[in-house]
Amino acid sequence: MNPIQNLNKTFDNRIRLGIMSVLMVNVSINFNDLKELLQITDGNLASHIKGLEESGYLQVQKGFIGRKTNTTYTATKVGENEFKQHLAALEKMINATK
Amino acid sequence: MSNNLQNQTDQLQHIRQMMEQSSRFISLSGLSGIAAGTCALAGAYFASGVINRGAGSSLKELDNHIYNGNLNIRDYMGNSLFLIALFTLMAAFVLSAIFTWLRSKKTNTLIWGSASKRLLINVCIPMVAGGIYILKLIEHGSFGLIAPGCLIFYGLALVNGSKYTLGEVRFLGYGQIILGVINLWYTGYGLYFWAAGFGVLHIVYGAIMWSKYERQ
Repeated sequence: MNPIQNLNKTFDNRIRLGIMSVLMVNVSINFNDLKELLQITDGNLASHIKGLEESGYLQVQKGFIGRKTNTTYTATKVGENEFKQHLAALEKMINATK
Repeated sequence: MSNNLQNQTDQLQHIRQMMEQSSRFISLSGLSGIAAGTCALAGAYFASGVINRGAGSSLKELDNHIYNGNLNIRDYMGNSLFLIALFTLMAAFVLSAIFTWLRSKKTNTLIWGSASKRLLINVCIPMVAGGIYILKLIEHGSFGLIAPGCLIFYGLALVNGSKYTLGEVRFLGYGQIILGVINLWYTGYGLYFWAAGFGVLHIVYGAIMWSKYERQ
């Protein structure tokens, strides 16, 4: 069996991989903290978040702190499982080449 | 194939880095530990001067107010030992905050993000509870239990906070707890235990952390 087929194409991108990694260890995170962590522009981050949302990997909650909008993101069960499978596939491939 | 392997190792490294950076506050500088320890030793030195000069403990001055049943904030502010403790705490906090701020500039990480807030909250829970407990000890005149109380609660705060910062902080916490517990059997020597815990342990920890992570 070809192990590459278990690798998830969605996570091929460094930024999407980063977003999911952060969401695996945080219950939720807001846009600005995420931007600061990944050190990318608003537009770039927004487009990758949209991609992950459309795949059903993360959920968006829009809220307010005072009058400012505060949008937070949470990983969905599907997203968590896909990420874990991706990790397992990575591990398998690295072990196979040893 | 080896190119592929490199790519996968990179991915794993990136995952690990993102997980750590988002959940742990890692800009805590070793120099902060050294600075806090130095402040503690200076504070202990001044406190021992006051205790030796004042024929017995100046904390005992508070005793009179306790028996009169009116211990209030003014009594604390007029007590030289209490003022030394307060000043030591402030100096240690400001100095260690400065070194950590400098380090966060260097490593280009956020000093006031979700990671540092989480660390602060988790350190403060045992600290605030301990602080209230110690104020009650003073009210009851149990001065010998103040130093062990400080060490034990501070140690618990560090152990609790270590999940949200550099893992080595846990061992600093263990050290403080052990010193505090031993101190319970040697209550007359509180200041020495206090100086060993807040002074020497902080400096040793800070020096180890500095040489491990920051020395170039």
